[in-house]
Amino acid sequence: MVTADLAYYSLVAVYSAMAIYTISFVAFALDLAKRSGDAQQAAARAAKAEALATTTVSRSSSGGSTVVLDRPSGGAGGAVPAAGGGAKASSFERVAIAMMLLGFVVHVSSVVLRGLAAGRVPWANMFEFSLTGTAIIVGVYLAVQLVVNLRFLGAYVMGLNLVLLAIGTVNYYVAVSPLPPALQSAWLVIHVFVAILGTAFFAIAAGLSAAQLVQTKREQSKLAGLRFLDTLPGAERLEDLAYRIALVGFVLWTFTLIAGAIWAERAWGRYWGWDTKEVWTFIIWVLYAGYIHARATRGWRGARSSWLSIIGFAAVMFNFSVVNVFFKGLHAYSGL
Amino acid sequence: MARSSDRDGGDATRASSAGADTGLTDADATDVGGDPLRPSDHIDSVRPTAADGAGITQPKLGPLGYLRFFWRQLTSMKTALFLLMLLAVAAIPGSLVPQRTSDPNGVVQYRTDHPDLFPVLDKLGVFDTYSSPWFSAVYLLLFISLIGCIIPRTRHHFEALRARPPKTPARLSRLAGYRSITLETAGGAGDDAITAARAVDAARAQLKRSGYRTQVFGDSVSAERGYLRETGNLVFHSALVGVLLTVGVGGGFGYSGQRVVVEGQTFSNVLGSYDSFNPGRWFDETQLSPFSIALDEFSTEYAPDTAGGAGMATDFTADVTAQARGGDAEKAQIKVNSPLSIGGSNVYLLGNGYAVDVTVRDGEGNVAFRDTVPFLPQDTNLTSLGVIKVPDALPDQLGMIGFFYPTAADNGTGALTSTDPDTTNPVLSLNVYSGDLGLDAGVPTSVYTLDTDGLTPLAGTDDDAQEKAVQLTPGETATIPDGLGTITFDGVKRFASFDIHHDPSQVWVLLFAGLSFAGLLTALFVPRRRVWVKATETDEGVRLEYAGLARGEDPTLGRAVGDIAKAHLGGLGVPADVAREVADDPARHDVEKPGPAAGGRGRKI
Repeated sequence: MVTADLAYYSLVAVYSAMAIYTISFVAFALDLAKRSGDAQQAAARAAKAEALATTTVSRSSSGGSTVVLDRPSGGAGGAVPAAGGGAKASSFERVAIAMMLLGFVVHVSSVVLRGLAAGRVPWANMFEFSLTGTAIIVGVYLAVQLVVNLRFLGAYVMGLNLVLLAIGTVNYYVAVSPLPPALQSAWLVIHVFVAILGTAFFAIAAGLSAAQLVQTKREQSKLAGLRFLDTLPGAERLEDLAYRIALVGFVLWTFTLIAGAIWAERAWGRYWGWDTKEVWTFIIWVLYAGYIHARATRGWRGARSSWLSIIGFAAVMFNFSVVNVFFKGLHAYSGL
Repeated sequence: MARSSDRDGGDATRASSAGADTGLTDADATDVGGDPLRPSDHIDSVRPTAADGAGITQPKLGPLGYLRFFWRQLTSMKTALFLLMLLAVAAIPGSLVPQRTSDPNGVVQYRTDHPDLFPVLDKLGVFDTYSSPWFSAVYLLLFISLIGCIIPRTRHHFEALRARPPKTPARLSRLAGYRSITLETAGGAGDDAITAARAVDAARAQLKRSGYRTQVFGDSVSAERGYLRETGNLVFHSALVGVLLTVGVGGGFGYSGQRVVVEGQTFSNVLGSYDSFNPGRWFDETQLSPFSIALDEFSTEYAPDTAGGAGMATDFTADVTAQARGGDAEKAQIKVNSPLSIGGSNVYLLGNGYAVDVTVRDGEGNVAFRDTVPFLPQDTNLTSLGVIKVPDALPDQLGMIGFFYPTAADNGTGALTSTDPDTTNPVLSLNVYSGDLGLDAGVPTSVYTLDTDGLTPLAGTDDDAQEKAVQLTPGETATIPDGLGTITFDGVKRFASFDIHHDPSQVWVLLFAGLSFAGLLTALFVPRRRVWVKATETDEGVRLEYAGLARGEDPTLGRAVGDIAKAHLGGLGVPADVAREVADDPARHDVEKPGPAAGGRGRKI
């Protein structure tokens, strides 16, 4: 049967993608380790230059500063120094990105095959949602990469992706089945896709917020070790990046909420009924609204607001996993 | 912490994103506190200095003073933020326990499962979380706080819309995206000569073209754009209030009701014909527009056995004949994602199942019951549970609880189970009881339940029953033990469960939701910024300076100032590559000869 064959090839592609992603993850991790080494050397060099400066006072102060400035090399996109690395990416990083791209191609082909097998959009049950969702996280990450250098986040993106993809494939896998009547709507394409897209942006924002938290600690010299953080942007820059990416996520999430309400009116006869999934989508919306406001509130900007971004993403994950599987509600499409 | 020291240094408007030095000493003079009518703890507002509180004996607050104090507290950013977080937390319990509005059966089940916990939780109102006083209190406070923020900001924004851009700060070099270039005038005279006045005029015209509001102050242009950002912000928040109001008030004018209709039956839109009905607060029976819907046929499509999900229902179609008052009867279809709109109401197909045609003759041989009884589906293969009550049977009333199996099969233990939702091998299995059904007491009872206490089991699984459950296939007749009569299974029909909704406010809710989304997009992605172009004549030539100031989040400010510089220089006849260099590198402060005609690069540093 063609459907079964296509679904099988799709599954083969998923496992292949996971294998490639694993290589990418390891390479990203090695890159972070190498950054630690680089940072240490740079610090040593800086210290040496400083020592020199104290003995020969005349000219070496400028020499010292050149060495230090050398580290966060010039940024992509204008006035602000972007993430460390920039022009001179380590070979680990290049391997990691290459593997990520390759894995992404295989991953997308698996999504397409699944869609062909089912003869519809490949996000109608939890397995397909995980499959497509993780592909979109990688896609969004790679797309954002074109604008700002976020390679330091690669290990996080790959790690998260591997975990989600593995859980989705191992625990949620279901055979291809036709759409139940409730899901036969154009809104399935729009509402769910935008929800996935929003989730992807939230995922990356949460990673940046987590990096920001650690970076803040380090900048306050409360945290020894983790030298690779020296090669990351400063906490304030990380906060700005996280905020902007979360903003896009928030807009998409708002759209998801409105589109979901319109669909609910068509399918269930009411646009809002406090179904468990609706409740959690609402909670997530409120959390991110809070996050956005927190940044405009004195005393909340910085580490405190970034916690909201992380809690928000945790709620997104909770909404997808626990609410789908264990909570009773109308969004009973897990297929399990 | 760099951040707090920044602010302590008098930074009122943090141009965060451009990464520029934001010690806005000069800008402060013209723009103290950005938006004075924002909440006092807004990040843009002036930080209270220690001197404000210390050493001053504060006046005693009168009642009005306290009122103002609490109002200030309520409309502060911190309170709003706190209320937002509280709203998120307060919404959680409603997802943990079943709600009366969305899952009434779940609430009943919860009471049975947790008899001790239920009364406590019920007292707290968690089974009606979203209409409970505490949840309402949170969102009402939040919205009052919101309105308290919207009104002054709207007033302030109206003023800002009419205001001219502020005076050019004295030292532009401390602002975001600052770049400068000195153009050698090279003694050139005539029309081509670059003068400060010409440069300023050109800058003004250019900024105007790109949507800036401009004002010339001597040798400089001050320009501002992005008023739409605040407009969008206000529209977004006002539209949220609109959503709340239309949901809260408008929802009261609607109604919703449910009705099970068996094939061949007709539903008329009058109060009495609903199985259940939920009127809005201001509902009035005359609101029910007269229409009728006859269910001609209900059909289900199943996935073919060869594909995955074999036997799964893939399509439900209710073929109906609908007639509105004064209109002709029209054939129509109602499907799951496609409701029927009639008489200002929408009719949704929300459920379906089997109804059995049954005839019961009593012990005296008379037909005591002949009706079609809907059986409620219990699982995906439509094993259905139903109750038949025969109060007219003589000598004793008869009651039956039965299961209907569309495709009956032995599950291995002798009991029946359904293996397919389609009627391949339909079997009706009934437990029969006799006795007083309790229908004469005047207490309303559900047609879907039978209280068997006090009834005599005649046939079925009950230990006292004389016989096993009565099992019938369509057309068969069985005798009821004790000579109490016979029962005939005449056939099976499909039923459809319709939801009829009327909500005149939902168009408005959608409108406000759309408005808020549009406002959100504008508020987040239209940059509000000020830009200054200054031209001063020096000994070396005309010195041009460009700088910007972000008002709110503005990641592309630096680039925008660069682009303005590039276009402006290009317009003045500066070679494109030089203009590009100035645009790309804000740190470059060179002296440049204008125009290709000037020859050479003539760069002085």
